[in-house]
Amino acid sequence: MSKARSSFLRTGFVHVALIAYTLIALFPVFLTLVNSLKSRNAIFREPMALPTPKTFSLIGYETVLSQGDFFGYFQNSLIVTVVSIALVLLFGAMAAFALSEYRFRGNMLLGLYLALGIMIPIRLGTVAILQGMVATGLVNTLTALILVYTAQGLPLAIFILSEFMRTVSDDLKSAGRIDGLSEYAIFFRLVLPLVRPAMATVAVFTMIPIWNDLWFPLILAPGEATKTITLGAQMFIGQYVTNWNAVLSALSLAILPVLVLYVIFSRQLIRGITSGAVK
Amino acid sequence: MGSLQLSSIRKSFGTHEVLKGIDLEVKDGEFVIFVGPSGCGKSTLLRVIAGLEDATSGSVRIDGAEVVNTPPAKRGIAMVFQSYALYPHLTVKDNMGLGLKQAGEGKAVIEERVAKASTMLSLDPYLARRPAELSGGQRQRVAIGRAIVREPKLFLFDEPLSNLDAALRVQTRLEIAALHRRLKATMIYVTHDQVEAMTLADKIVVLSAGAIEQIGSPMELYNRPANLFVAGFIGSPQMNFIEAGRLNETNASTIGIRPEHITLSREAGTWKGRVEHVEHLGADTIVYLETDVTGLLTVRLFGEHPYAADDIVYATPDAASMHRFDAEGRAIRA
Repeated sequence: MSKARSSFLRTGFVHVALIAYTLIALFPVFLTLVNSLKSRNAIFREPMALPTPKTFSLIGYETVLSQGDFFGYFQNSLIVTVVSIALVLLFGAMAAFALSEYRFRGNMLLGLYLALGIMIPIRLGTVAILQGMVATGLVNTLTALILVYTAQGLPLAIFILSEFMRTVSDDLKSAGRIDGLSEYAIFFRLVLPLVRPAMATVAVFTMIPIWNDLWFPLILAPGEATKTITLGAQMFIGQYVTNWNAVLSALSLAILPVLVLYVIFSRQLIRGITSGAVK
Repeated sequence: MGSLQLSSIRKSFGTHEVLKGIDLEVKDGEFVIFVGPSGCGKSTLLRVIAGLEDATSGSVRIDGAEVVNTPPAKRGIAMVFQSYALYPHLTVKDNMGLGLKQAGEGKAVIEERVAKASTMLSLDPYLARRPAELSGGQRQRVAIGRAIVREPKLFLFDEPLSNLDAALRVQTRLEIAALHRRLKATMIYVTHDQVEAMTLADKIVVLSAGAIEQIGSPMELYNRPANLFVAGFIGSPQMNFIEAGRLNETNASTIGIRPEHITLSREAGTWKGRVEHVEHLGADTIVYLETDVTGLLTVRLFGEHPYAADDIVYATPDAASMHRFDAEGRAIRA
């Protein structure tokens, strides 16, 4: 912002607001991390205190890593998340390209229909989905989760990407057609690189709910071999006794991969903006 | 090689008819310019010729062969776009060579043709760069180079100079004219700028609301406009239109007289008037005056003249250069 247009007071307020929001957003994460490194008594006695040499304990992490197949859960979560994101991006981008590029009867209607899923939560269909999965024998497979998450992520992906694809220069696509590129080549080689920032945005929006979801893993894939990390962490939460050390440690570990994926996508987000083909 | 015939081309988007039956014949080696106001359908017509847009009905023949069902890449055309439309991820060299590569030409042929085109357009130092590292003028030269490399039967230009600044526009205009002389290729060029049209074209096609108003050489359009629209569109400043009744002309509805065909005098003349505003351009002086007989009149004088607002002057039209139009706006020729 230029100096002429900003007053000290206004910038001050903006910063106060942003800092306050950051604190509120980070506080639960901070609490989880801090308490995962404390002994059980210390968690209950002083939940806000930092771990001291006296209260420091790795018992939670030891429990998590020794009980149950935690690396397996991690792997399941990663497979489900990454494959779902890939499918959502691929199919979402293709549908968005068709909607934004081709004029055909019912284009608008189809676009609205595809975006309907943003407004209607997929969980309303849980019973039908479960019946479908049972009928097709997909219960307790990662495929079941991937299919559901792909369906869940597509509406928003199509909505965001089709708006972005409308901004890609028509001339560029026409030039491609005159140079003899197929529609697929135009899509993959000309359009996709130009909407990469939007793809990164969609990837982030798609990733978080999938990684954090407890509902569908619990219903569709509760078996030991297909447990995801959030479901795996549940085994430390009992009806009468909860192993807080283990729960907090498991959650702390679960933050890591999602953080890595986020960093990857946000780098793409920045890099994708820098291209200067059209004016 | 490189003739084009359009017959009764129609194009509608929904119920909106954009092209209302276009017939046109372009001979080999001609430089034809489509000119008209925004929304007159000239770009759509170009896209129909290119095959980027399907005509609702009508036929497009290139070199006598019907191409309505031929994809753009196989029509033997090359197109230069207003926004350059270079591939952002490819170097200048690959940008120019992509069309040939897709057509399955050998590496040696591509190398040779790219080298030839880049020398012609003085792009040699930039071959390894990406479009983002070039200036606007250089990008447009790459776009033209990409067209040359294909050695097309028809060059199509869609307002190629609109994104360039004024100085670069004149320079690139000269380059395109030189290119046409050297390649002797058939070129079709769309613009809304009548100066570009007048300076480049062998033949101008004036379009308005999806129909052809007149086809002719620049001087034909200037000297013998077929109707009010062409008369008003070609020439700058615009032709003065005067109701025939005010001049006691009975066999016409509107009289047109170009600003450069009126002379001014402080002593005597046909129409007495008061100067409203004067524009001193150095080479020209444009005088706007309000006369009792004709209303507002624009006069273009060559050289510098010391007229100022509120001066009382007399305007005299050159009777031989007057244009007469009937009630439908068609020109009346003696």
